[in-house]
Amino acid sequence: MLEINNLNVHFGVIHALKGISLTVNDGEIVTLIGANGAGKTTTLRTISGLKKPTSGDIILNGENITGMSAQQRVNKGISHAPEGRRVFPAMTVLENLEMGAYLRKDKPEIARDLKMVYDLFPVLSDRQKQPAGTLSGGEQQMLAIGRALMSRPKILLLDEPSMGLAPLLVQEIFNIIRGVNKAGTTVLLVEQNAMMALQIAHRAYVMETGSIVLHGTGEELLQSDQVKKAYLGG
Amino acid sequence: MRGILNKQLTQRIIFMLLAYAIVQLLVSTNIINAYLQATLVTICINIILAVSLNLITGFTGQFSLGHAGFMSIGAYTCALITMRVPTIAGFLAGVLMGAVMAALVGFLVGLPTLRLRGDYLAIATLGMSEIIRIVFINLDSITNGAAGLNDIPRFVNWPWLYVFVAGTILLIRNLLKSSHGRACIAIREDEIAAEAMGINTTKYKVLAFIIGAFCAGIAGALYSSYFYYIKPDLFGFLKSVDILVIVVLGGLGSISGSVLAAVLLAVVSTYFQSFPEIRMILYALILVIIMIFRPQGLLGSKEISISMFNRMGKLFAFGKGEK
Repeated sequence: MLEINNLNVHFGVIHALKGISLTVNDGEIVTLIGANGAGKTTTLRTISGLKKPTSGDIILNGENITGMSAQQRVNKGISHAPEGRRVFPAMTVLENLEMGAYLRKDKPEIARDLKMVYDLFPVLSDRQKQPAGTLSGGEQQMLAIGRALMSRPKILLLDEPSMGLAPLLVQEIFNIIRGVNKAGTTVLLVEQNAMMALQIAHRAYVMETGSIVLHGTGEELLQSDQVKKAYLGG
Repeated sequence: MRGILNKQLTQRIIFMLLAYAIVQLLVSTNIINAYLQATLVTICINIILAVSLNLITGFTGQFSLGHAGFMSIGAYTCALITMRVPTIAGFLAGVLMGAVMAALVGFLVGLPTLRLRGDYLAIATLGMSEIIRIVFINLDSITNGAAGLNDIPRFVNWPWLYVFVAGTILLIRNLLKSSHGRACIAIREDEIAAEAMGINTTKYKVLAFIIGAFCAGIAGALYSSYFYYIKPDLFGFLKSVDILVIVVLGGLGSISGSVLAAVLLAVVSTYFQSFPEIRMILYALILVIIMIFRPQGLLGSKEISISMFNRMGKLFAFGKGEK
């Protein structure tokens, strides 16, 4: 579904992504793990069009989307729930979800997806008239994921959904991600919580300072000594 | 549902006609005399300026300090046209051309500068309005330089003011209620998230800037036509700050707040004319006090609406029934 070839990204003189390549197949959960500053977030931002690459190709379902704007990519089926949740704080929960469907015109289908999101996150339904800024961290994360689903994406990019959440909530969020994937959405997940991410991922890539250093199935990487030592505390 | 909508619409139209008629009555019975009429004109012009700056700064979140620059373009364009064609048609053409010219400059300036954020954008827009002012000073042959233009024919009266004020408010209100307005507010709330949702952030920032400049151009045109004298120094940095003060005082993100603040400040300032020595001190003191007790502005981001009065009416009726 998604293929990245030899992608290079610079921030000024800093070479943030050093020619990375990765593939996400239809229906998979693929996770990208690694330490702070490895380039995980930059990878997602480049895929969704928020950051322009210096060179390399991004191919979605056989179509080269490297030169497209973020808007065009949303239309093509890429949806990005950015790091730090970034809900619209003064807008209500409902308005936030409607913003997720901003580019869509098919009102009845939007209403159906809204119901789907409320079924997935009943707490959002209870709070639909409440300003998003007044939600708890976990609820805001659910809103960010729900909002990203409202564009009815083919592939969902999730950036650190577990950040700053209590362990029980983290478990819940990961269950939901698995559920979203089972319902047919491909997921590319960036995580620092390597243990959790590897448990739900079909395949995983490990990044270090702008390069991919390791790649395998989630199971393989959970057993790998290198990963255990660096990310799983033993 | 349809019935309610129609009822709201009727109420809105009645309210608008009433506002027009009351002021018209006060003008024709000379309660609003020639002196107070200047205050009325100032209020109307400030409402247009504040509501349009609110679109840029309060709703779209782009901090602009150059609104007086756009105003001056409208003022000079309209003045130059009406001085050559001193008829009503000339006046209307002048207002329209002034607004279009201001919008054009807004577009040209907005495209490169709206990449900047926060303080940097404020400095860029401030610089832009200073450049406009200096251009007007140096275009001696057309604008008569620093001395300014004199004897601009006066066509502005209450009906025209009302048309332009109501037009501006309706334009900006309807824009904000549309999906375009939602996009603008989303940009203010979180630009990166807005972009990730597929909103063309550059397009909407420039759009807000163009519409804001267009309305500021109208305000400038009305100004030149009523006060029959303009010079570049009237449209300096302080004028931009004055407009920003109205917007912040009324509440960033509240149209009715801008209207309320424009009226309040003009009335206060007119009243204080009788105490010329301490006028500016009192004025500043009021601003400081309001900002201490209402840091979010008089109305915050809320709006005064007719349906609000309806709800209040129902509440009172309910209370009476209980007793």
